Amino acid sequence: MKKFLAASALASLALVSAIPAALAGKADDTLNIVWERELENVDSYFNTAREGIIVTRLTWDGLLYRDPKTMDYVPLIAKSFKWVDDTTLEFELREGLTFHNGEELDADDVVFTYNWVANPDSGVKTQRNVNWIKEAKKLDKYKVQVMLKEPFPAALEFVSGSVPIYPQDYYSKVGPDGMGQKPVGSGPYKITEVEPGKKIVWEKFDGYMKDGPKGAPTIGKIVQRTIPERNTQIAELLSGRADWMWRVPADQADRLKSSGKVQIINEETFRIGYITMDAAGITGDTPLKNPLVRKAISYAIDRNAIVEALVRGKSQVVNSACFPSQFGCESDVTKYPYDPAKAKALLAEAGYPDGFAIDFYAYRNRDYAEAMLNFLSEVGIKANFSYLKYAALRDKIRSKEVPMAFMTWGSYSINDVSAITSHFFTHGKDDLALDPKVKELLQKGDTTVDSAVRKQAYSEALKLIAEQAYWLPLWSYNTNYAFSNDVDFTPTSDEIPRFFTASWK
Amino acid sequence: MLVYTLKRLFLALLVAMTVSAITFSLTYLAGDPAISMAGETASDADIEYIEKLYGFDRPIVVQYFEWALNAFRGDFGESYYFRIPVADLLLERLPVSMTLGVSAISFAILLSIPLGVLAAMRPNSLLDRLALGISVVGQAMPSFWFALVLIVMFAVWYPIFPTTGSETWVHFVLPTIVLGYYATPAIMRLTRTGMLEVLGSDYIRTARAKGLPQHVILFKHALRNAVIPVVSLAAVQFGFMLGGSIVIESIFALHGAGYLAWESIGRNDLPVVQAVVLVFSLFYIVLTFLSDLLNAWLDPRIRVG
Repeated sequence: MKKFLAASALASLALVSAIPAALAGKADDTLNIVWERELENVDSYFNTAREGIIVTRLTWDGLLYRDPKTMDYVPLIAKSFKWVDDTTLEFELREGLTFHNGEELDADDVVFTYNWVANPDSGVKTQRNVNWIKEAKKLDKYKVQVMLKEPFPAALEFVSGSVPIYPQDYYSKVGPDGMGQKPVGSGPYKITEVEPGKKIVWEKFDGYMKDGPKGAPTIGKIVQRTIPERNTQIAELLSGRADWMWRVPADQADRLKSSGKVQIINEETFRIGYITMDAAGITGDTPLKNPLVRKAISYAIDRNAIVEALVRGKSQVVNSACFPSQFGCESDVTKYPYDPAKAKALLAEAGYPDGFAIDFYAYRNRDYAEAMLNFLSEVGIKANFSYLKYAALRDKIRSKEVPMAFMTWGSYSINDVSAITSHFFTHGKDDLALDPKVKELLQKGDTTVDSAVRKQAYSEALKLIAEQAYWLPLWSYNTNYAFSNDVDFTPTSDEIPRFFTASWK
Repeated sequence: MLVYTLKRLFLALLVAMTVSAITFSLTYLAGDPAISMAGETASDADIEYIEKLYGFDRPIVVQYFEWALNAFRGDFGESYYFRIPVADLLLERLPVSMTLGVSAISFAILLSIPLGVLAAMRPNSLLDRLALGISVVGQAMPSFWFALVLIVMFAVWYPIFPTTGSETWVHFVLPTIVLGYYATPAIMRLTRTGMLEVLGSDYIRTARAKGLPQHVILFKHALRNAVIPVVSLAAVQFGFMLGGSIVIESIFALHGAGYLAWESIGRNDLPVVQAVVLVFSLFYIVLTFLSDLLNAWLDPRIRVG
């Protein structure tokens, strides 16, 4: 028996000593972050995930930076900038900046990056981010002009985020594969280790600009690990092996908060939900062609109730076809408060006193969709519900097979209505309204740099969309961030966690 | 035996080809791959660009034959998502799944065969009921739930084991227990039934009459015969484990081939899905083929039939 006990004790000791030390947080100045998605490539031009945007903002800088509080564009790599005309932007660069490998950052790097991404042969994955660029040219060592293909006022959004500047010498040598394995940027943190799809390690970049709008980083090391299962992430957070996670569902966030072991902050996001309706009769002769029917549907759904019971957090009901903070988002539009009696009256007026049946699709938040189905059935509309994968549903919409669907749109975190309203109402493949007046107004807004003209055009378009009930805008989404009590972290509505502003308490 | 082996081999190849063709076709039914690859917020221009880049606009039959020929040469193409050769991805991820699969089946065998033998020695005893109880719980309990219970117990309450990663053998302890336990009931029940049958046979009675010691009767005479069908079952269970480890790999962030397949389905990374399904199917087919041969070798009647 004694022998057995001794053997057991030895075995336990061996077991415990083989366990890797828990990843400490504040104690060894390492912020351990976890998220669920595998990033396909660290090179920011070759990934499309939101997590890729987080990596980009930590590792690279663009010419400009959008202040997450004021939403103003402020110079970053650039010292100053101006519109020379509707299609030319001019930037004067800061002097003395370097990349993480010591390479100096000057006009050559900016011109190289812009001209490289502007060439479709470069294979940049998100073409939308770069296909507005015609070319860039060097005026002197610290002065650059970027020419646009056509007037595109939202260009500043991309300059301030999606077009990070790459080191010419290094990138010419290693290309996207090399950049994916050993990334080199000029941002506040430098990447020291990449395990594709599993782990990224950053260290504070000591050579980073001291007076930039991103501020000076304070946390020494950041380690990101990919953990696909949310419950496992929570276990890691509660056991102290992780310091930060996000996208915690509301019920789990409540429980985590009550544990007292972590902080929970909820923040609204740019993503909004909407119901798209086939007003143009693209899918056939449906009742949705009648504006009275679309208005009836809009009155029939109690969006407030769904927000309060299901969406929760900082989410709010949205009435216009855009996120309220976006430039040009007109909120003074026709509103459709919950009024089932009015909905029934409108249906009767439209010739459907007993309601009708319609195909209704969704790809996410099945519970929200089912709540809407109940509201619709109360006014007599029988929705034949299909729940599909996103790709399958968007494919169906593009193939003109979807009369009505519950969809969402995140505007790629761009604070401009051209990233949402113009996408859906300028007769593209996702436009089920095909209203020529709306298209004309939006295109006017999209192609001038005069703010007043833009605002006026967008306002008229959005009023028309709401008045005709082409869309039923539903609500904004929100995210719960859960993180260690030792961490000081402030989320922003553009859903881009900025770890370079985080610090230890 | 040679004719039988050739017949089985031909059948196995036919199954492999059918599986590959079905996998290839099915992956295209899950929506336009270009839309999935371009992401949720992609513009039409992004999608069209990807369609042309990857040749999705060509007929599916042409795409299949091109893929099948290359796969035969060991070239599974490039992952749409990671932009690296699928073969490299598989070489990196398969060892994790194999380690988990081998350790889980070993755990299952080490737990279930002794339990089955002990249960058969004294039918309807407390021990027998306990073994059957373990088996029933194993069959009824969802593996993801069991995994979460272990995580809460051994990572949150008593942080003894790591819950994520695959760096050391300790990382495999919890996933092995969860996955191995899943295979335990079937093996245990088969061992128990086999042992009961063998222990009641004439030659065991003769052995007892000769006064042979209990352990010699059990392990030398009874178990060797009772375990034959268990070997076949374990081979099949091992195949199941490779494919069925998806949930476990996901929960414990093991980044093995099972999880890779699951994620790749979500993002329509077709070359990866096709390759993983094909490789797993081949494993399964080989295991089934080997167990067929083993059975035929052990029992000549099978060869004739």
